Amino acid sequence: METLVTILAGVLVTVATYLLLSKSLIRVIIGTAILTHAAHLVIMAVAGLKTGTVPIVGEGDPVDPLPQALILTSIVIGFAVTAISLVLAYRTYQELGTDKLDKLRGNPDE
Amino acid sequence: MSTLVLAIFIPFLAAAIIPFLYKYLKNIHVGWFAILVPTGLFIYLASLIPAISNGEVIVQTINWIPSYGINITAYLDGLSLTLALLISGVGALVILYSIYYLSSKEPIGTFYTYLMLFMGAMLGVVMSDNMLVLYVFWELTSISSFLLIAFWYQRKRSREGAKKSLIITVSGGISMLVGFIMVGSMSSTWSIREVIANVGSISDHSLFIPAMLLVLLGAFTKSAQFPFHIWLPDAMEAPTPVSAYLHSATMVKAGIYLVARFTPVFGGEAVWFWAVTGVGIFTLFWGSFNAVRQTDLKALLAYSTISQLGMIMSMFGMGSAALYLGYSTESVVYTGATFAALFHLVNHSTFKGALFMVVGVVDHSVGTRDIRRLGGLITLMPVTFTIATVGSMSMAGLPPFNGFLSKEMFFVSTLEITEAGFFGLGTWGIAIPIIAWVASIFTFVYSTVFVVKTFLGPYKEEKLEHPAHEPNPGMLISPIILGMLVITFFFMPNVVGENLIAPAMNGIFPTFASEGAELGTHIHAWHGFKPELFMTIGVILFGVFLYLTRKYWSGIYNLFPEKWSINTFYGFVLDQIEDKSTVITNKYMTRYLRDYMVYIFAFFILAIGGIFIFTEAYYFTLPENAPISNFEGLVILAMMVAGITILFAKSRLTAIVLNSILGFGISILFVLFRAPDLALTQTIIEAVTTVLFLVAYYFLPELDREDTTKKTKSVNLFISIGVGVVFTTVALGVQGNKAFDTISTFFENSYELAGGKNMVNAILGDFRAFDTMLEVVVLLIAGIGVYTIIRVRAKKESDQIEDK
Repeated sequence: METLVTILAGVLVTVATYLLLSKSLIRVIIGTAILTHAAHLVIMAVAGLKTGTVPIVGEGDPVDPLPQALILTSIVIGFAVTAISLVLAYRTYQELGTDKLDKLRGNPDE
Repeated sequence: MSTLVLAIFIPFLAAAIIPFLYKYLKNIHVGWFAILVPTGLFIYLASLIPAISNGEVIVQTINWIPSYGINITAYLDGLSLTLALLISGVGALVILYSIYYLSSKEPIGTFYTYLMLFMGAMLGVVMSDNMLVLYVFWELTSISSFLLIAFWYQRKRSREGAKKSLIITVSGGISMLVGFIMVGSMSSTWSIREVIANVGSISDHSLFIPAMLLVLLGAFTKSAQFPFHIWLPDAMEAPTPVSAYLHSATMVKAGIYLVARFTPVFGGEAVWFWAVTGVGIFTLFWGSFNAVRQTDLKALLAYSTISQLGMIMSMFGMGSAALYLGYSTESVVYTGATFAALFHLVNHSTFKGALFMVVGVVDHSVGTRDIRRLGGLITLMPVTFTIATVGSMSMAGLPPFNGFLSKEMFFVSTLEITEAGFFGLGTWGIAIPIIAWVASIFTFVYSTVFVVKTFLGPYKEEKLEHPAHEPNPGMLISPIILGMLVITFFFMPNVVGENLIAPAMNGIFPTFASEGAELGTHIHAWHGFKPELFMTIGVILFGVFLYLTRKYWSGIYNLFPEKWSINTFYGFVLDQIEDKSTVITNKYMTRYLRDYMVYIFAFFILAIGGIFIFTEAYYFTLPENAPISNFEGLVILAMMVAGITILFAKSRLTAIVLNSILGFGISILFVLFRAPDLALTQTIIEAVTTVLFLVAYYFLPELDREDTTKKTKSVNLFISIGVGVVFTTVALGVQGNKAFDTISTFFENSYELAGGKNMVNAILGDFRAFDTMLEVVVLLIAGIGVYTIIRVRAKKESDQIEDK
């Protein structure tokens, strides 16, 4: 299971990297979101999967709660990042009329 | 107990206080507060003279980084005390002068802050025993000098002069640091005293000569020795009190101090002798030769300072010859040069300080310093004229002024050194007195130009900004005091010689002092009819002759056209560096996100992947896997397919739906992985994110086909797969090798420790509550960011800094 999840994360990282390298701002933003997913999966996998019960006292031998706490924080922060990037893309498009990164290079003499 | 260390830091303290005084005490010129600091320090230091002249040294240490042997050790011997007295004494006079020179309308709060900063740094330089601490203070003097030169930063020339001085002195400073580190590693101590005490053990080391040259580079750049002298004339853009203080009396003497301090370490080597003497004597000539052609009074004094610094430098070089021979009755004679150097160091500060102040007075009074417009001020400004004459005659080496004494001693040393039979002096030594003598003639000429062109001849009021008048008497106090010192030192030179210079000599020649040598020379004004007297008479005769025939030989300067000057070379090198680095930078800084991402990912692949391949550090054992049920396998498979399909999504709606499949798939996995909190959060966030994307799509354009070339695409694919592979291998490797036990068992007591049965909640809300709180702050900031990005429109930029 752990190996499979890790490989899934690897595939997602590959996809995210490819998206980050593309020209379109929207693809870049989706890329960051997918990268976050991949990171979460790896953190879970590294801690070991399905090794116990849910991490609640009295439910028996629990799984490791620490990665879950870390991921919970990360989900929320990832959301904030996505939101900010989307709004930035929106403003960029409004002000400059393009969402293509190769056209957003500014003036050569600046 | 550590009053000496405190003395170094008092000016820094004052620098911190002065801005507040300036702000809240509008009615009083803030210089009146600033002047208390150097005055107090001078009195304190003067009270130490009796102890120092008895041969004591004062050492006080405050630990700074003891584990590396870096401590603030204040060390006061004759040499340090001489310099420290100059710094505080001239400092007090300069501040007094500046109170009348700078009106309260200028930003004098910053001026005195920088000045105090400089004073503290300079005291630190001359009193530090630790080489690294000395270096820190050394660079601080460069920085405060930079700030003071650029005091009138609205002027382009000020900014450029400041930049030039900073580039040259700091480059020298860094090479000096490297030299210090070499010395430190050779002798395994940072203390200069300890280095001197064990000098025998390092002089055969292969780094000895490189270290010497690097330290010398620092000294030469700071003391404006040829060919690094070019920053000093440009530094004259500073307000005149700064020129008088930093760029003639104190800071430029730091390099000379360094040479003096390290003479017991490096002295006695032929390389040291020829580097210091040769550079010094040539600078003496070059400075005086160029001073004659200047038309700006301050530029004239700048070249004169360069020349005089070269003279002092060369005397330290000649004095070091004594260390080659070791102590004997014959070799003591060469130490006379060092004695003369120290004496002239003091003398130069007095007469050059006075002359700079005179220029400031003239400039302040008539609004120009151009000698082509000046003339005939003698009747209108008689007091200023008198001071100028005293200073200039001392500079030219005439009696009855202190410059005469040190100039004569200089001539004596140059003659004596020709009789030494080592270092190849038998062949080349004769050049030293000849160059020295020729340079002294030019010194006489420019001193004459300074006085005659400014004060004699016809008075040309129509060429002046204001009619000439004596300034506020307060402005004359400082130059008068310095002028009186010039005369006093002539009649009572031995007060200085015995109390300050003799103890300083013991520090420079410790091996001689321990043998009981009498290093203090008794200074006489009259030596009888000796060669040095004839040299002085020759200087006067030829000087007058050259001055009168100036018109006829001034064509000689055309032999050195502007095109071939060091200044042009300096500008050329700087421009080239700027151009080439712009070209190189533009090559890789393409302002295109994809390229930057490629650099980052390529580095990731090469660094992490490369380490595994080349160090063969990588191994992994697959951990015992949890079993996979069919359902789980199906979810994971679906996610892989969704992920890969995103790459081929034609419409943005497809892309976002596929992204949602990933997100909700992870929610399902979280459920399966016994993480209900995560599953809940992920579901909610994924829903909101999807909505957010959809809202944003309303405003954003449809996805175009990527019009990237096949080649770029395959590079992108290659990099992506590389990153994915490295990532996966690292993640698998981590799983197989657990180096530490988990700390999570601690959280299993969450009910006892935090009163919560849900461990994840307890971690977030209690064990790591601060973390969560800051996370909320991040969300808040993101929220504000979103709001402002949408609502706030950019204003047009205005108020560009004037660039004339």
